[in-house]
Amino acid sequence: MPNMFALSSQYPVLVIVLPLLSAPLCALLRGPIFPWALTTAMSALAFFFSVELLAAAAAGGPLSYEIGGWAAPWGIEYVVDPLSGFMLVIISGISTGVLLFARESIAKEVPGHQLGLFFSAYLLALTGMLGICITGDAFNVFVFLEIMSLSSYILIAMGARNDRRALTAAFQYLIIGTVGATFYLIGVGLIYMMTGTLNMADIASRFADIEGTRPILAAVGFIVIGLSIKLALFPFHVWLPNAYTYAPSIVTAFFAGTATKVSIYLLIRFIFTIFGPDYSFGGVDLADILLPLAVLGFLSMSMVAIFQTNLKRLLAYSSVAQLGYIVLGIALASEAGLTAALLHIFNHAIVKTGLFLSVGCMFFAAGSVYLKDLHGIGKRMPITTFGFVLGGLGLIGVPLTPGFISKWYLVVAALEKGSVLGYSLVAALMISSLLAVIYIWRVVEVAYFRDPPEGAAKGEASLSLLVPTWIFILGSFYFGIDTTLNVGFAKAAAAFLMGGA
Amino acid sequence: MIEGLNPGFILIFGAVLIPLTSGIIRSAVTLILPLLALAQLYWLGLGSWGHFDFLGLTIEMTRVDPLARIFGTIFCIASFMGMVYSLHVKDTMQHFVALIYMGSAIGAVFAGDMITLFVFWELTAISSVFLIWASRTERAYKAGMRYLIMQVSSGVILLGGIILYYQDTGSIAFTYIGLTGLASGLILVAFGIKAAFPFLHNWMQDAYPEATVTGTVILSAFTTKLAIYALARAFPGTDILIPIGGVMTIFPIFYAVLENDLRRVLAYSLNNQLGFMVVGIGIGTELSINGTAAHAFAHIMYKSLLFMCMGAVLFRTGTAKASELGGLYKSMPVTMVFCIIGAISIAGFPLTGGFVSKAMIQSAAGNADMVVIWLVMLFASAGVMDHSGIKVPFFTFFAHDSGIRVKEAPLNMLLAMGIAAFFCIGIGVYPDALYALLPYEPTYHPYTASHVITSLQLLLFAVLAFTLLMRYKIYPPELRSTNLDFDWFYRVPLKWLALAIGRLIVIVWTWIIGIANDVVRKIITTTADTHGDGKVMARTTASGTAVMIVVAILGFVMVFFYRYAQQPPAS
Repeated sequence: MPNMFALSSQYPVLVIVLPLLSAPLCALLRGPIFPWALTTAMSALAFFFSVELLAAAAAGGPLSYEIGGWAAPWGIEYVVDPLSGFMLVIISGISTGVLLFARESIAKEVPGHQLGLFFSAYLLALTGMLGICITGDAFNVFVFLEIMSLSSYILIAMGARNDRRALTAAFQYLIIGTVGATFYLIGVGLIYMMTGTLNMADIASRFADIEGTRPILAAVGFIVIGLSIKLALFPFHVWLPNAYTYAPSIVTAFFAGTATKVSIYLLIRFIFTIFGPDYSFGGVDLADILLPLAVLGFLSMSMVAIFQTNLKRLLAYSSVAQLGYIVLGIALASEAGLTAALLHIFNHAIVKTGLFLSVGCMFFAAGSVYLKDLHGIGKRMPITTFGFVLGGLGLIGVPLTPGFISKWYLVVAALEKGSVLGYSLVAALMISSLLAVIYIWRVVEVAYFRDPPEGAAKGEASLSLLVPTWIFILGSFYFGIDTTLNVGFAKAAAAFLMGGA
Repeated sequence: MIEGLNPGFILIFGAVLIPLTSGIIRSAVTLILPLLALAQLYWLGLGSWGHFDFLGLTIEMTRVDPLARIFGTIFCIASFMGMVYSLHVKDTMQHFVALIYMGSAIGAVFAGDMITLFVFWELTAISSVFLIWASRTERAYKAGMRYLIMQVSSGVILLGGIILYYQDTGSIAFTYIGLTGLASGLILVAFGIKAAFPFLHNWMQDAYPEATVTGTVILSAFTTKLAIYALARAFPGTDILIPIGGVMTIFPIFYAVLENDLRRVLAYSLNNQLGFMVVGIGIGTELSINGTAAHAFAHIMYKSLLFMCMGAVLFRTGTAKASELGGLYKSMPVTMVFCIIGAISIAGFPLTGGFVSKAMIQSAAGNADMVVIWLVMLFASAGVMDHSGIKVPFFTFFAHDSGIRVKEAPLNMLLAMGIAAFFCIGIGVYPDALYALLPYEPTYHPYTASHVITSLQLLLFAVLAFTLLMRYKIYPPELRSTNLDFDWFYRVPLKWLALAIGRLIVIVWTWIIGIANDVVRKIITTTADTHGDGKVMARTTASGTAVMIVVAILGFVMVFFYRYAQQPPAS
């Protein structure tokens, strides 16, 4: 046991408290630099703590932290296990990378006097996401979910300076997101009614006695649907394309990598840790619900992506499709499937963030993300566009990119399901990959095979935008070639979840 | 030379130098790289290198065995010829993608596992399409798009097959696979697309003639022969390949006879030559595999030579249509000589490359008592003679004088043609050099009396048929020409029938393609109607509607779960 007074023993709470307490401070700061600098510093610190925590959890087993010294079933417990540690690292890592990009980009998209408020909301959103992952208390999850959601409505609405549709997008997200959160709360309430406890581990240990009862069935339904709304599973995705399209560039990049992934984490947590895989896929057959939605989702949304005229919207629909892959991995209800899902959470986060950042560069230079305004962008911004194409290859799943790795695992997991179902799933995955080829190709065609408009300025985005973008692009290739880190942690987390059941 | 480096990488990494250099230095680089790769290949010797683990799979980056070595050798020589031929081209992109394309084809040959194979396989597809697009015409763009779709599909199917194969056997080593089930079936189809199996062949005649002058020459050497190599590696002795190959040798003949664009004629005859190789693989004896490898070698030489000649003609005159050419022997005498060497080589005259290699496959069929396929190949040989051996040089350089007067082809083109012609004749005169490279111990002697006589008879018969068809204006695309005058053998019902069948096939095929097009168009329009921008699947519904959907699904889930309800335990 480490010394209680050593700083490292306080990491689990620091990772939450630091960004949370910096948020009001940030709102007070003025000028273009200070709020950004504080936010970036906090995010980087959170990243550092997360890496330390994951390393500690991987080496010495799950860490538990009692808030305020109250013992677990009564007090709130923070738990860092391989899964939550993995998520913490993804979220804080993506956030830090995006923030490096933010300084120059956001100055153009948000009025100067709102920057303090913007970064304050950003920090709250970050806190919410990290909190959802680290907490071991089902009600505390709801609190963090609301912190994250409310601040993300604000962040999306901040895109209004650029396009006033951001306001309606944020409002719609608010309505639908609140429905999702409420469903979640109803489900947790029902579970509390039956078990008398809100601690996740405690619920899990009592779950076997009550699992067939009607309130629990209702609770499972509410929680699964509620979280599906939050993670934008088809057909609950209506809020997502608009929100991603009209939000400021960095908000889109940040949320694409993390916001929906957090909800997926919660879904995995409930299905595998609290309900247990035996109940989730044996007692009630969640696979019967999730699997068709996932497959329909990635096929249909990839098709929709093909026809989009707005690049951000195209990528947003592609995100819904990619979320379908992840949910498919969960619905396969096997260790291999879960590994694929966790791996794709990581891989998609890094690839999609890189893509949205390169779109951010294009927006910065061209002032628009409509395909019709991006003709010949490959000649105008060769480095950015090349980065986009490389990221697109990752989305398609070309070898040497992380997309290939997670699709490989997904296909192997699907084939484990046996002949007819397995083969048709693989066929669906292949079709969806081909659709991805088409929608990425549309961008390539516009970027390289059309002539730039007369008098269009030819200029790259500045280094402060290009460097973070390329960190993600090159990082995605690194994780596509040397897979020990991402595959290792995904496997460890999957084994932990299946074994811990 | 670097220990264990796959020779393909020399070209791929070397391609990076292209944008950085220009003028004479660039020319030197393009010529030296293929030679370096060849040197690397022979410096390595036989063996296997570059093993490492990736996702628990054993990757083998470089594997040199005799089968890989002969294909690697041809590819290196063909790269060199291709680069000589395109020396006059001042197009950075073409040189760049050509080197990557050649390098990835060479790399694929030396891939020891199927993941490495797959990566190079897709790289050839993606890089080669730029050679087609380099024409920079709308037609070329569209043809390139269709080509890319076929090629990438081949890769996707290959990957599917590899995954299933791995699932079944736990191995991804690229060795003998054999047709045993779905996994190997998918791999075979993937190879088949690239090898232009019947009904999977259209991309070739569609795209190759649209590429640039130099692009076609380079394309014709690699993609299909890579597939032949892969088939020879994974599916030797697979029976179904014999009928497939048989059909491949026959049906392009009809198209080739009807076709007016001479580069397309050559693309059809390429298809027909691949048929011989596929048959050789299907027979699967040592002799026939040797024959396939040797035929691939000879074939690359004479087919490149013919494409180079037609390319030179196109380059100088601006057309490759039989009906517009003619009488060029005065203007381009050297090209004419090379073209005739290529023509007699493809026709399989004794003392040429085609003779010594095709004979091996035919003998293998004869040895195995496969009478039907032997006859089919015999007929096909006559057909080749007819359309490639006579039609191409005849309509280009003789026939009626089109009045076109141009300069002789550029020196670098002539040089490249000279190299190819040298190999065509060299192999025919001194086959032992080629035989020494073959994967199995060669025991075959091509120059027996019976074989020479059979070939000559066959060739004369083909000349006769052509002459008659010309005389009686049956020969389709060209008008009557007067300088040949044989009067006997008035009716040639057989040839009539053949042409009629050819036309019928074209009609039926067009009809099938039409239906397929309609189906595809229907799918696309339906998708666009439902998934298009602002259509039902892509619409932003009102929040109320969205919530209604949520509630409806929640209700469904609740009802769905109700069947799991149990009575709570008595407490």
